[in-house]
Amino acid sequence: MRIIQAEKITDTVRRLCIEANCHLTQDLKDRICDCRKCEPFPVAQGILDQIIENYEIADQNNVPVCQDTGMACVFLDIGQDVHVEGNLEEAIHEGVRRGYTEGYLRKSVVRDPLDRVNTGDNAPAMIYYNIVPGDQLKITVAPKGFGSENMSRIAMLKPSDGIEGVKAFVIKTVEEAGPNPCPPIVVGVGIGGTFDKAAYMAKKALLRPVDSVHTDPFYAALENELLEKINALGIGPQGFGGMTTALAVNIEKCPTHIAGLPVAVNINCHVTRHQSEVI
Amino acid sequence: MTKRITTPFTREDARTLKAGDTCLITGVIYTARDAAHKRLCELLSAGKPLPMEMENAIIYFVGPTPAKPGQAIGSAGPTTAYRMDAYSPALIAAGQTGMIGKGKRSKEVIDAMKQHGAVYFGATGGCGALLSKCIKKAEIVAYEDLGAEAIRRMEVEDFPVVVIIDSEGNNLYETGREEYLASRRG
Repeated sequence: MRIIQAEKITDTVRRLCIEANCHLTQDLKDRICDCRKCEPFPVAQGILDQIIENYEIADQNNVPVCQDTGMACVFLDIGQDVHVEGNLEEAIHEGVRRGYTEGYLRKSVVRDPLDRVNTGDNAPAMIYYNIVPGDQLKITVAPKGFGSENMSRIAMLKPSDGIEGVKAFVIKTVEEAGPNPCPPIVVGVGIGGTFDKAAYMAKKALLRPVDSVHTDPFYAALENELLEKINALGIGPQGFGGMTTALAVNIEKCPTHIAGLPVAVNINCHVTRHQSEVI
Repeated sequence: MTKRITTPFTREDARTLKAGDTCLITGVIYTARDAAHKRLCELLSAGKPLPMEMENAIIYFVGPTPAKPGQAIGSAGPTTAYRMDAYSPALIAAGQTGMIGKGKRSKEVIDAMKQHGAVYFGATGGCGALLSKCIKKAEIVAYEDLGAEAIRRMEVEDFPVVVIIDSEGNNLYETGREEYLASRRG
C-alpha cells in the first residue's frame, strides 16, 4: 500500500492544466509541420503557417494556444495499491480551480446546463477513473474545447451495417462538421461497448499520440483508410479548401452486444491538448 | 492582395469586399458571444438603447482568456459563429456591418447580410495567441458579470481576417473547397 497525499494531486492537476493549455505535445507539432510540407494548396499553406506561428508564440510566452481553454477532462489511472489521503475528487477540482486562476486560463464552465451561471473557476472537472495494477497514480489533463466537442456525434448502428457503416458514419460526421471544429482536426473514434462506453472510448482515443500506430493491424489499417478518405474531402485547414482536413484518426474499440454496433466520433481541433504525469 | 480596413466599417465598405479577400482591420471592434448576443437582442426587442454603437460596427465573436500582467488581453481567437445565428439578423438590421468568427452561418444570417450590406469575416480558429498580438487595448463596456463573455471594446491594428461570406452571399467555404478539388482533378 502506498499513500499519496491529496494535496500532491491538487498541485499536479494545477500544473498540468497550465502546461496542457500553453504547450502542445511534440507529436502533434511534428504532425502539423509534416502536413504543412505536404499541403499543395496555397491558402491552406498560409493557414498552417499561422497555426505553427501560433503554437510557437504560446510556447515562448507561456500563454494559452487557444482562448477556449476548455473543460478540464481529467483521466486517472489509479494503481490498486494506492491509498489517497484526503478527498481525491475534491483534490482534482481544486487543482483545476488553481490552475485556471493562476494560469490566466478562461473560465468556461456553467454550474447548470439550463440556468447557465458561470462557476467562475472552471470547476468542476470531468473526471474519468480507471483502476489499474500497481502502486502508481497517472494523471492526464486534457482540456477540451467545445467548438469541436459540439461537432461530435454518436450512432447506434446495426451489426449488418458493419465496417462500411462505421466508415460512412465517421466520414459523414467530419463532412457535416466542415469548418466548424477548426480543422485540421484529430478524430477520436470509439467502436463497440455500450452507448456511453463508445463515447468514452472516442474521447480517450484523442489522448493517443498522433504518430502512434494502433496495436491491432486491422484497426491500424482502418485508421489509415479513414484518414485518407477524410483528407480527400477537400475541406482543408479552417474549411477554406485543402488536403489537410485531419491530422490523425485514432480508434479505440471493445466488445459489444450481439444486437449492437455503437460508434462515437469525438472531434478535436488542431489544438488537441493533453499532458500527463505519474506520481 | 491584402485590403486594409479601418473602422467605422460602413455598408458601402462592406459591399466592396468579396469572399476570399484577405484583409487587415485597424480601429475599434466590439466583442460579443452567446450570452451577450442574447442580452443585446432582448434590449432591441424592448426598444431600449444598446450599450455600444451598433451603426457600422464590427463584432468579434470571442471570449478571451484573462490578460496576464503586461498584456492588453489574453489569447483571443474566434468562436464558432452559428451559435450567434439566432441573433445576428436583428443586429445587422440595427446597423452592424461586420462579424468576425469561424464556421458556417444560416440562410437567415446570409439573407440579412445581403439585404443590409454586411460581411462575415473569418479569423483563424485556434490561433488566439497569434491574434491577440494585434489587439492593442481592450476594455469592458458592458456585462462584466459575464466574465469572458462580457462585451469589450477592442482597439486592433492590422488584425488579419479573410472574407468568408460577402454581401452578395458568396461563400469561401463552398468556393475554396471546390477550387481545391478542381485543382486535384486538373
